[in-house]
Amino acid sequence: MATNSYIKRVDWITIGLYALLVAFGWVSIYAANFNPENPVFFDTGKEYFKQLVWIGLSLFFIGIIFLTDSKFYVEFSYIFYGLTLFLLVAVLLFGKEINGAKSWFEIGPVRFQPAELCKVATNLAIARALSRYGFSFNRFSDLLRAGALILLPMLLILLQNDTGSALVYAVFILVFYREGLTAYVLTFGFIAAIVVTLTLMIPNATIIGMIILGVVAVLYIKGYRRELIKPLVAGAVTFGLAFAARYLVEKQWPLEYLLMAGVFVASVYILVTSLVKRAFRFVPTYLLILWSAIGLSLTADYFFEEVLSDYQRTRINVLLGLESDPLGAGYNVNQSKIAIGSGGFSGKGFLQGTQTKFDFVPEQSTDFIFCTVGEEWGFLGSTLVVILFVSLLLRLLFLAEKQHSSFSRVYGYGVAAIFFFHFAINMGMTIGLAPVIGIPLPFFSYGGSSLWGFTLLLFVFLKLDTNRTELIR
Amino acid sequence: MIGIGIIYISKLFVLQVYDPSYKFSAESNTRRKVTQFPSRGLVYDRNGKLLVSNQAVYDVMVVPREIVPFDSLDFCDLLGISIENLRERFVEMRVNMGKRKISSYKPSVFLKQLSAEQYGRFQEKLYKFKGFFVQGRSIRKYEYPIAAHVLGYVSEVGQGQLDKDAYYSKGDYAGVIGIEQTYETYLRGEKGVKYMMVDVHGREKGKFRHGRYDTAAITGKNLSLSLDIELQQYAEQLMQNKIGSIVAIEPSTGEILTFVSAPSYDPSILVGRKRGEGFLSLVEDTLKPMNNRALQGTYSPGSAFKLVNAAIALQEGAITPHSKFECDGTASKPIRCTHYHRSPIEAAGAIETSCNPFFYQAFKRTLERPGVKTRDGYVAWYNHVRSFGFGERLGIDLPYEITGGVPSAEYFDKEYHGRWIALTVRSLGIGQQELLVTPLQMANEAAILANRGTYYSPHVVKSIEGEELPDNFITKKETTIDPIHLEEVIKGMSQVYTGEIGTARYYQHDSIQMCGKTGTVENPFGDDHSVFIAFAPKDNPKIAISVIVENAGYGSTWAAPMATLLMEKYISGEIPRRHKYYETKMLEGDFINGDK
Ligand SMILES: [Zn+2]
Repeated sequence: MATNSYIKRVDWITIGLYALLVAFGWVSIYAANFNPENPVFFDTGKEYFKQLVWIGLSLFFIGIIFLTDSKFYVEFSYIFYGLTLFLLVAVLLFGKEINGAKSWFEIGPVRFQPAELCKVATNLAIARALSRYGFSFNRFSDLLRAGALILLPMLLILLQNDTGSALVYAVFILVFYREGLTAYVLTFGFIAAIVVTLTLMIPNATIIGMIILGVVAVLYIKGYRRELIKPLVAGAVTFGLAFAARYLVEKQWPLEYLLMAGVFVASVYILVTSLVKRAFRFVPTYLLILWSAIGLSLTADYFFEEVLSDYQRTRINVLLGLESDPLGAGYNVNQSKIAIGSGGFSGKGFLQGTQTKFDFVPEQSTDFIFCTVGEEWGFLGSTLVVILFVSLLLRLLFLAEKQHSSFSRVYGYGVAAIFFFHFAINMGMTIGLAPVIGIPLPFFSYGGSSLWGFTLLLFVFLKLDTNRTELIR
Repeated sequence: MIGIGIIYISKLFVLQVYDPSYKFSAESNTRRKVTQFPSRGLVYDRNGKLLVSNQAVYDVMVVPREIVPFDSLDFCDLLGISIENLRERFVEMRVNMGKRKISSYKPSVFLKQLSAEQYGRFQEKLYKFKGFFVQGRSIRKYEYPIAAHVLGYVSEVGQGQLDKDAYYSKGDYAGVIGIEQTYETYLRGEKGVKYMMVDVHGREKGKFRHGRYDTAAITGKNLSLSLDIELQQYAEQLMQNKIGSIVAIEPSTGEILTFVSAPSYDPSILVGRKRGEGFLSLVEDTLKPMNNRALQGTYSPGSAFKLVNAAIALQEGAITPHSKFECDGTASKPIRCTHYHRSPIEAAGAIETSCNPFFYQAFKRTLERPGVKTRDGYVAWYNHVRSFGFGERLGIDLPYEITGGVPSAEYFDKEYHGRWIALTVRSLGIGQQELLVTPLQMANEAAILANRGTYYSPHVVKSIEGEELPDNFITKKETTIDPIHLEEVIKGMSQVYTGEIGTARYYQHDSIQMCGKTGTVENPFGDDHSVFIAFAPKDNPKIAISVIVENAGYGSTWAAPMATLLMEKYISGEIPRRHKYYETKMLEGDFINGDK
């Protein structure tokens, strides 16, 4: 294989976009760290200097990736996945706690976050599992296996108290969808998410009432009208009696229990009559849906009230807009918006930012690095960054579509999905369009682990892409 | 994905180009974050007398980036500093900026604590000195020059505290030692923050976004101490020119009425611009006035401990109230008696006369009971002693209390290679040897006797504004001794005042029945320490007290009269005429300057 043809097969457009993003990212970290009183460049303690070292190491990793055979990634995907899971467990036991999350190893001056590496490993493992001959989401065992691949690392990262990094794994659902997961699962997931969210926002009795009304309405529309009358009457009577009893004995029974008693009697009525008449027309599915929704709501409520810590509750409440927290999460977003807004159309110029040099913007070289871009380069610079990211994502999708080998295709979609999630959430957070979830902006946020993680993710795909016309097994 | 891109670009357009409310350009406006410091909670005594309040001082602050050349002569003149001093301050400021200790964008302190007059004059001409402004702050003000060891002081937080508690930022103040430290989280209140719009000239142009992000400072909570400041004052007067301590407790609550560690100092010298000098003088003083002897001084309790030994012997059935032992006076063996009295003598009489031979016999019988191994007898004795709170922290709400020490059976096993009997450890029977207690523990012993066997952890705070006292201070703790046995001990303590040869018979009061016990503690490093513990009245006791005066000799000549005077003062509010002689003698006593 001649080197020349190899160089031709590498996708230079993606590499160009990567180089631009990394360079722009480093310039922003430099600006965020710049100290006008002490403008020394070669200060090994400064973040921008360290980031330069991390970038150098990334180039080294890229070299190794290109020298490794593509088959290696397929063969070793599960082993790699197992190893990173092991690291996630190890970090729980021996890791160092930073900002409340126990997700770092500290070896001398270097800090390393295994969760970043795990994204690559999980993506490889998913690609391997989904590309297996005969894999189908319609088979329950396959669905379960694919789900477990996501849930395991997610759970371990949640245990580290790093909710942001754990949420990233949810984005693999999009890849599953592309690979044939039926829309049902997505719809169910979506409804479940709504039920959980509503549970936290409104009283339990109301949400259960809404669930009942919803199911009844669907049944009504589907044409089950006469069949509905008797169970509804039975349920209503039960509820009425229970309500009267509650009034008489002067006990503070929660309303949702009375409603559930009504639903229970109605369900029993339906089951019994169906058994007697041997007509199971709408019994199984809808009763199941009804009871799972109620169960889910109660579980979510219990989880929220009993399991979560005060800090996490506050965070969620702020997200849902139930609690205003001017100096907490909401405050950060406001400061960030002001910093970006102050940049104006063309920005204040390189190193001329003031908002990002005050204490006003928190974590200004990590999660809120985009503020520096917004302030110093203005609307023009920010738009350029958005365009660069969108171009990268589109290019990745384009490349993924072209893969002959399904392993490479699934992997490519995974890369695009992860970048999309990080880009959408992080940038959305700084401009107030997405919830405050602490995840880095790829190639911009300061930190070796995240830079290496994203570089690995991207370049393993570019390596696979050089064999796009082959079937890698 | 293109959709998200378009949405984000539109939002960026709104933020950066369309909506002017997010616009600040570097040239026109900037915001200044001004911390609003809450005033610290006030401190009162048990009768509502104000002890500690706050006074305003003003610091000159600087934002280095905003400085423009100014008339330095005028500046120095207004602030009362020399040109050299100003130059030094600028050099220091630059060095600190280089080390990133301070930021050129954020205010830091330039000159601390202007006088009110300087503040007035400087404020007037502030417009001439761009980059400078004045920030008000409050410092402590002490209404009485006493009780320093209880009150503690307030000082700038160190790096350790900054790392540990996110509440503090550099330059903040926090309590050190005393209640200022223990109750810091109540006293400090909560800082607020104010965002001001500032123009190029450093002038404040009103609140940022109408104060939407401002938070008000919340004043610290007030404390009421259990101290009786008048009794405290009297106790400190009695202790002048002496080394030692006095602790008085209200037995029914565990509230500390008086807490003296002598020598002490005036808390005001650790406040204000002279603070550094004051601190240095205290640290360099060879008498170590900063040491809290009432919590950290360890003494052998001496004869004051005989009360506990009598109680244990009665509880264990080693003696009865009628058991009598022979005393051969100074010829007694193995421990000689230092008093002349009738013989044989029973428990109450032995307490009255502090008879060493009696307590040796009682202790021996406690350890060497028929059918009980000596070691087991010792363990039983040890457990009783520990139930009095000896050998452990009593949990007072002042920092750095030490445990003292009661030697365990294991300790003697090691020391004597497993071969020891009551004779070996006999000195414990008269409160000497390895037994080490703090003055606070001795006062607590008096309180336990006053309560007939129970106590509350001693504490100096009576109530916290709007808060409950910690559970520890309202939970009754029990000793292992039954009240009936303690009555016998108290009978002896009463005879110390009323008996014909009682060791405190000269200080008897006409109407208040007092109970006490003298102690003269052998001191290997110099003259003996004078010790006395007591409570009064005998029924429904109001005050329990321990007094220790180092190197003063007999318990009956110094500690006993001082304790008596304090109890009289607290219960009746006055000193009987015939005790005035002792009062004068006590006030004049001097064990520091070598003139006894
Ligand atoms: Zn005797």
